[in-house]
Amino acid sequence: MTDRNILEISCEHAIQQISAYLDGDISPELRARIEAHVRNCRHCAAVLDGTSNTLRLLADGRVLDLPDGFSERLHARLAAHIAAE
Amino acid sequence: MDQAAQSQNQREAALIARIKAGDRGLFYDLIKPYQRTVYAAAYSVLGNPTDAEDAAQEAFLKALTHLGQFRSEAKFSTWLVQIALNEARLRIRKERKGLYTSIDEGAQDDDGEYFPMDYADWREIPSETLQRKELKEALQRALAALKPIYREVLVLRDVEHLSIAETSAALDISEASVKTRLLRARLMMRDALAPGFDGSWSMGSPTYKKVRPF
Repeated sequence: MTDRNILEISCEHAIQQISAYLDGDISPELRARIEAHVRNCRHCAAVLDGTSNTLRLLADGRVLDLPDGFSERLHARLAAHIAAE
Repeated sequence: MDQAAQSQNQREAALIARIKAGDRGLFYDLIKPYQRTVYAAAYSVLGNPTDAEDAAQEAFLKALTHLGQFRSEAKFSTWLVQIALNEARLRIRKERKGLYTSIDEGAQDDDGEYFPMDYADWREIPSETLQRKELKEALQRALAALKPIYREVLVLRDVEHLSIAETSAALDISEASVKTRLLRARLMMRDALAPGFDGSWSMGSPTYKKVRPF
């Protein structure tokens, strides 16, 4: 399918769909329109790439590592709680 | 549900039955895989590690006390997340009690549409950058700066990988609200991170000046 056959969408519309696009929660037709849009729009391409990179960094999980000693403290509290039951 | 999830469910159901029957010491084995998720859920409400640890640990004690109320139709991890979110919110309410005015009255409402603040280009992530302390700190700062309603969906969905349906169940909001808040949360995170993405996260660096010249 060439870009010419795809109905153009605005930057605003493309941005509002970025999250659903990245989740794959979008129709094939809208997906094609967004992809056509970002091929021709440097700004929206940057937002899409940056948002996708943000998700990769968050998914890595290290941003919310457990504090040092968390498991040991939890284990001790649970043991004390159980002993007192 | 795939096979791995099914066998995990069966393993959990068996553990829960034994704990309810009196083998309380098995509780630690039951919750061990969910420590990070419960901590992250508490963090998503509170936005700081110390309070999040307190709330998470308290949530585990409450889960043990109230295990008899857990219904097997529910997903155990979602039940734990709900307890952690409640515990964290309870702390915020306690803290606010006694204040003359609420600092951010109405701040839990959804805001209007959000549009990216700038269009700094950010195509590449060199993999070594993921290791960098500066990057982790920048992520944590950006996360801490989000309002709780956005941080909650972002952490549950994008850090802890709950599905839209699970996030909606855990937060007791509609799936449409999850999606709306998620879009905004993701765009705000990108706005907070993209301009700094030059490997140094330093405002004085030449790359920063190039992407944000004004």
